[in-house]
Amino acid sequence: MPQLTLVQAINTTLALEMAHDDRVILLGEDVGINGGVFRVTEGLQEKFGDDRVVDTPLDESGIMGSAIGLAIGGMRPIPEIQFEGFLGPAYDQLVNHAARMRTRTRGAITVPLTVRVPVGGGIHAPELHSDSPEAIYAHTPGLKVVMPCTPYDAKGLLLSAIRDPDPVIYFEPKRVYRSFREEVPDEDYTIPLGQAKVVSEGDDITVVTWGAPVFQCLGALDNLPEDVSVELIDLRTIYPLDIETIVESVKKTGRCVVVHEAPKTAGMGAEISALIQEHCFLHLEAPVQRCAGFDTIMPYYKLELDYLPETPRIQKSIEECLAY
Amino acid sequence: MPKKVVYSANIEHMQILDEDGTLDTKLAKGTLTDEQVVYLYEQITTCRQFDEIAFKLQRSGRMGTYPQNKGQEANAVGAGLALRKGHDWIVPCYRENAALFMHGLPMHYILLHWMGDERGNQIPEQCNQTPIAIPIGTHMLHAAGIAWACKLRGEDRVVATFFGDGATSEGDFHAAMNFASVMQAPVVFYCQNNQWAISTPREVQMNSETVAQKALAYGMPTIQIDGNDIFATYKATRDAAGLARKGGGPTFIEAVTYRLGDHTTADDARRYRDQGEVDAWQSKDPLIRIRKYMENKGLWSDKQQTELEERAVRIVDEVAKTALEIEKPVPADFFNDMYAELPTDLLRQRETMRTTSIGIDPEQAGLRSQPQQA
Repeated sequence: MPQLTLVQAINTTLALEMAHDDRVILLGEDVGINGGVFRVTEGLQEKFGDDRVVDTPLDESGIMGSAIGLAIGGMRPIPEIQFEGFLGPAYDQLVNHAARMRTRTRGAITVPLTVRVPVGGGIHAPELHSDSPEAIYAHTPGLKVVMPCTPYDAKGLLLSAIRDPDPVIYFEPKRVYRSFREEVPDEDYTIPLGQAKVVSEGDDITVVTWGAPVFQCLGALDNLPEDVSVELIDLRTIYPLDIETIVESVKKTGRCVVVHEAPKTAGMGAEISALIQEHCFLHLEAPVQRCAGFDTIMPYYKLELDYLPETPRIQKSIEECLAY
Repeated sequence: MPKKVVYSANIEHMQILDEDGTLDTKLAKGTLTDEQVVYLYEQITTCRQFDEIAFKLQRSGRMGTYPQNKGQEANAVGAGLALRKGHDWIVPCYRENAALFMHGLPMHYILLHWMGDERGNQIPEQCNQTPIAIPIGTHMLHAAGIAWACKLRGEDRVVATFFGDGATSEGDFHAAMNFASVMQAPVVFYCQNNQWAISTPREVQMNSETVAQKALAYGMPTIQIDGNDIFATYKATRDAAGLARKGGGPTFIEAVTYRLGDHTTADDARRYRDQGEVDAWQSKDPLIRIRKYMENKGLWSDKQQTELEERAVRIVDEVAKTALEIEKPVPADFFNDMYAELPTDLLRQRETMRTTSIGIDPEQAGLRSQPQQA
């Protein structure tokens, strides 16, 4: 079984699905001969031709809007937006058109597309290359929002996303792109959208996170005393949210810390906290903690690690929640 | 070294049937048959009646805001006839009712849309149409994408998209023009330049002499036509669609026309435009010139006119009746098509929308035990 990085897992999965379904096409800025700025689509144009791996004009709204048309016209487009900060120009097409088409036509017209977007901080990137806007899109009815953080999950979730009959945003945490390898089976397998993963089981406290912070959380767990038993949940899908897995865990532990890179206010941590108090009110031993980015713009990279929820801050949040 | 001209272009204007009903027989050759002229006249008349009834429905409180098509219908019918029903695509704005009807959309769907009912957008399978686009200038990208898909799939289809002069200021207009041209997608970009974007006149909207010249920047064939002339609207669309079908890529059509009514029923155009201007355009109404043409050719009599008007009233009354009598949608409808398969929490929200404010566990919320306590 090959050992793959996240980038390689996504690349080989795209190739697998393109070979399996000739309606699948990739489009975006520099995705062709250059293989994308992160090389996620490397070699695919050579393999599948420039009709199926298409270098588009430099226009995110154009990419998203024409991808919507491609989907309506019977294709399974996979547009790439080069960085999450450039979703802004595509926002209108994504939110006001892709997300609404099925329901506003009462099912007559659908938009099965998967938009791939590198996301998050921690790689010393320039301005607007390090944000975490997942809550904005989770707040948009009609979209599904996915953020895998391991090569194995990336494959199973990407296949589910491409085959999903509705529009999916597939966020790829840049910080994890090449940070480690793991075994990824060659064969076709899917992981259902909307299923969280329990990364480690525990009884004392629940930590809910997704994307690159999963690894910062694992670092924090390593630093905690041996007798502290932490249940770590990787959401993997932001919407639909796997409420059941969170609720089941918090009913068991009575304590929860939510960790995310995005700003705190109205972030997914707020939604998860609200759901926990709705579903687990009588089980709670402590207020739900949020260890998140701040309500500031993402600083330039000299200070990015002071903004991101790094291991020491996560550890402190867990300790405080346990001590409450 | 002397400077040299690296690019130059002209914009042609085409008119075939003038406002006196006189036909340029040379340009008209091979375009509309007498039978088709009569057919398009009937379509415009019916659509005009539809506008009248829609206006009355709004004024009597039985329908929400409605944008009248009045004065511009030569565009929808000419283009509609040039496109192949059930085969080519129409990606409309909201002043192309006649084209949608000619391509099979049940007429009451448009009323349902403006009555606040999504079922008016539930395009029947045999119609290659997208629903009315409310935001300005964003749907042309969908046309570019659909046409691109048709090209990739080797389908012999053309996609016509309609929009106004104001829409050409939007960024997505330029994105659509660029994408369609770069991909050589089979699109007909049909701009109904009706002179006004709500209260903003064309000369405030843009500083270019024509709208048509905007296509030059995208290396796209472009033409300006008289948009109140069914021969010109038909021929321009037919030629553009023919070129697209042969792999010639997109074409831009600027159809010079006029919005005789208000922007919508929520608008009062008297606030910003002179009656003199409106009066001058009244005489260019496509219905007037077609009737003159038909009468000159002996194709039309007063008796036929009376019969047509009566028929249009009957058709539209029936359409309005259908729209008014349809049962009210149920609230579950706005959940049901959010996704192909509804997420668990959305199902929960649908089930509990009328029963509990918490929407989770009635027992835990103490609601279930209340009757016993009382």
